[in-house]
Amino acid sequence: MKKFSKLASLALAGVMALSLAACSGDNGSTGTTTEKTETTVTEDTTEVTDAADTTEATTEPAGDLGLKAGFICLHDENSTYDLNFINAAKEACDRLGVECIIKTNIPEGQECYDAAVDLVDSGCDFVFADSFGHEDFMIEAAKEFPEIQFSHATGTKAHTENLANFHNAFACIYDGRYLAGIAAGMKLNEMIEAGTITADQAKMGYVGAFTYAEVISGYTSFYLGAKSVCPTVTMEVTFTGSWYDETAEKTAAQTLIDDGCVLISQHADSMGAPTACETAGVPDVSYNGSTGAACPNTFIVSSRINWEPYFEYCLNAIANGEAIDTDWCGTLNDGSVALTELGGAAAEGTQDAIDEAAAKLMRGEIHVFDTATFTVDGKAVESYMADVDTDADYTPDHETVVEGDYGDKYIDESGEGLRSAPFFSLNIDGITLLDTAF
Amino acid sequence: MMKTKKHEPLLHIVKRDSMSYKKAVLIRIAAIVAALVLCAIITMVVTGQNPISVYGTMGIGAFGTARKTWVTFQNVSILLLISLALTPAFKMRFWNIGGEGQVLMGGLAAAAVMLKLGDKIPNPLLIALMTLAAILAGGIWSVIPALFKAKWNTNETLSTLMMNYIATQLVAFFTVLWEMPKGSGKIGIINQNTNAGWLPNIGGEFIGSKYLLTIIVAALITAAMFIYLAFSKHGYEIAVVGESVNTARYVGIKVEKVIIRTVFLSGAICGIVGLLLVGGINHTLTTTMAGGQGFTAVMVSWLAKFNPIIMIFASLLIVFLSRGAGEVATNFSLNQSFSDILTGIILFFIIGCEFFIRYKITFRRGGHKK
Repeated sequence: MKKFSKLASLALAGVMALSLAACSGDNGSTGTTTEKTETTVTEDTTEVTDAADTTEATTEPAGDLGLKAGFICLHDENSTYDLNFINAAKEACDRLGVECIIKTNIPEGQECYDAAVDLVDSGCDFVFADSFGHEDFMIEAAKEFPEIQFSHATGTKAHTENLANFHNAFACIYDGRYLAGIAAGMKLNEMIEAGTITADQAKMGYVGAFTYAEVISGYTSFYLGAKSVCPTVTMEVTFTGSWYDETAEKTAAQTLIDDGCVLISQHADSMGAPTACETAGVPDVSYNGSTGAACPNTFIVSSRINWEPYFEYCLNAIANGEAIDTDWCGTLNDGSVALTELGGAAAEGTQDAIDEAAAKLMRGEIHVFDTATFTVDGKAVESYMADVDTDADYTPDHETVVEGDYGDKYIDESGEGLRSAPFFSLNIDGITLLDTAF
Repeated sequence: MMKTKKHEPLLHIVKRDSMSYKKAVLIRIAAIVAALVLCAIITMVVTGQNPISVYGTMGIGAFGTARKTWVTFQNVSILLLISLALTPAFKMRFWNIGGEGQVLMGGLAAAAVMLKLGDKIPNPLLIALMTLAAILAGGIWSVIPALFKAKWNTNETLSTLMMNYIATQLVAFFTVLWEMPKGSGKIGIINQNTNAGWLPNIGGEFIGSKYLLTIIVAALITAAMFIYLAFSKHGYEIAVVGESVNTARYVGIKVEKVIIRTVFLSGAICGIVGLLLVGGINHTLTTTMAGGQGFTAVMVSWLAKFNPIIMIFASLLIVFLSRGAGEVATNFSLNQSFSDILTGIILFFIIGCEFFIRYKITFRRGGHKK
C-alpha cells in the first residue's frame, strides 16, 4: 500500500506537471522533465519450514478454558521471528481450546496501543506483543485496563513499572545459541581436518540487528559455544540497524563471506543471511527456525525460543486466577529453548556433542558465560555490574557474577531478581565488531 | 505506380472539452463498482472466501466499535491535514511531494523540545514551544526547495522528493542518539511517566478524548484552508501564479514572494502534523512515523481536485480501505499483502477513471473513403 501510493503519487505528480503545462502552454519550463520513479524490488521470501498448519487462526470456538487471547506481531509469516510466535500461539491456543486472534504487521508505535485495546474491546483476556519496541505502548494499554493481562516478549520494564497486569518474558536462548555454536565449532573442526582451512582461518561471521544487549548476549554465547570445541575460532560481527531487512542482511552476510568468514550465523529475522550463504555455499547456523528447506546444502542447525510453554503457562494462570510472573524466563528444561533438527551441512558427531552439552547445561554443571572461558581486554572478568534497571544513563545497578553449584563462576544472564531479557553487553576477546553504527 | 494510402491508427485519444457534472459522477461510480467486482472475482479465485463477507469485514475494521471509528477519524484527520498542506502549493503548480519529510522534521523538532525541555518548564509553555518548533522545522524544510525554485527555477518535484530522504536519515540519526535502552535503536515513549509535552486529551473521560484533538485541528484547518483558497487575496494570488507566472508578474504580483510564502505555509501545516503525531498520538519518534502518507496525500489532493471539502471524502476512502484491509488480514488469516492488492485495485480504478473523464477514445471509422 505505501509503496503503491508512493509510486502512484509520483506518477500523478508527473502527469499533473505534464498535463497542466501542456494545456496552458505559457510556461514551458515546468513540464519538460521526465521523472524516474524509484522501485524497490523485494525478493520472494521463503518461509521457514517448521511451520505448523497455517490455516484457521481466528475463529476457533472457545473451548476448555473459555478464554480469548490476542497476539500482536511486528511482521507476518514472512519473518522467521514472527512466524515462530504465530506457530506457538496457534499451537498453545489449539491445545487449550482458547480462541486466538493474531494481528500482524503492527508497527512499534501508537498502532500497537490501538491494536492492544482493540483486542481488549473484542473480549481478549490475554494480550501479547512480540517486538521490543511494542513495550511502551503495551504499558499504556495495561495502565488503562488493569483487569486484563498483558505480556511482552523481550521487554525490560515490567520489573520497574510495578503494574500487576504487565509482564515480560524471554528465554535463556543463550543456552540454545551456545549449543548451536557447538554445531558451528564442529563444522569448523571438520573443515580444519579436511584441510579446507587452517586452524587460524577458523573465522565465523555474524549478522546482527542492533548493538543491543539481546544481540550481544546472543552472538557471545554462540561464539563461546563454538570456542568450546574449536579453541582457535574468531568471529566478526556486523549490524544492519533493523530487525528485518532482507537486502541489508544478505549484503551483510556477503560482506562477511568476502572478508574470509567460513561460517555464518545471524540474529536478524529475514531469510537474507541464509540465502546469501546458500548462494555462496557457506555453511550457516540460522535462528528462529529451520531454514533447511530453502538452504539444503548449507543449513547446519537453528536455535529458537519455543513460546508455547509460556503461552500455556499464562493462559492456565489466567484460567486459574493465579498471578503471572513479572519476569518469566524459559529454559532448556521446560522446552522453551529448542534446537531444530540438524541440516545436511552439519558435521559428524554434532548431535552427540550437542546432547552432551545440553545435559550439562540442564544440570547446571556448565554455564555459558563461565568467566574462565573468556577474557575482556585480555583480563578475566571478576565482577560485572550490569544495567538491569534500564535508565537513561545506563547506570550499572546489579552485580551479576555468581558462583555455580559446581564451583564455577559465571555471569548469571537471567538470575533470580534480574530481568528476563538479556543484559550482557561485554565485548569479549576474539570477537571483532565491524560496524557499530547502530 | 505506388498507391499511397494514408494510415489511420485504430484509435485516437482526444481531450474532452467538458463533461457534464452528472456524467462525470456516473463514470466515477461505475469505476468503483467495476473495481469492487474485480476485487470480488479475485477474492473468490485466490482465496475461496466470500467477497461480500470480505467487504463486510472491511466495514467492521473501520467502524466496528466506537474506538475503531475514533481511530479511523483520527487517521483521516492526519491524512487530510497533509493533503491540505500540499494543496496551496499544488494550486500554484509547485509540486511539493516532500510532505513526508516536512512531517518528519516537524515531528523531530517537537520531539527534541519534548525530550530536552520536558519537566524543566511549565507544560503550556512546553507545548507552545513544541508547536513553534514544529511549524518552523516543517516550514523551513519546504522553503529550501522553494528558494531554489524562486531563484534558479530548479525542479521542485525532484528537490522536495530528495529532501524526504534527508529528513528520514536525520530522524534515524537522532533516534540512535536518543535511543533507550542503549543499542536498541528505539526512543520509546517520551516522558511516559510525567506526560510532559503530551498534547491534552479533550472532553475528559470518554473513549474519544484521546483522538478528539487531532480531529478538531483537522476540522479547523480544513475550514480555514477552504476560505483561504477561495476567498482571500493570497488565495487569488496563488491561483493567478498557478495559471500563468507571466500574467501574475504583469498584474504586479511578486511571484517569488508568493511562491515562498505559500510553500512555507505548506511545510508549516506538515510541521503541525508532525507535532500531532509526536505530541498527541505516538509520543515517540520513528522514521516510519509518517508512514508514506506524505505521498498518499498527493493522491488525495489530486483526487479531490484541490477542493478541501472533497478531500475529506477522499481521505476517508483511503483510510477506510487501509483499516478495512488490516481487519481482513486478521480475520481471514490472509497475508496483509492480499488486502493491499484489493486496495491497489480500487485506487487504480479510481485514478484510471479520471483519465476517461478528461479524455475520450475515438475509434477509426470503418471503411476508407476517398
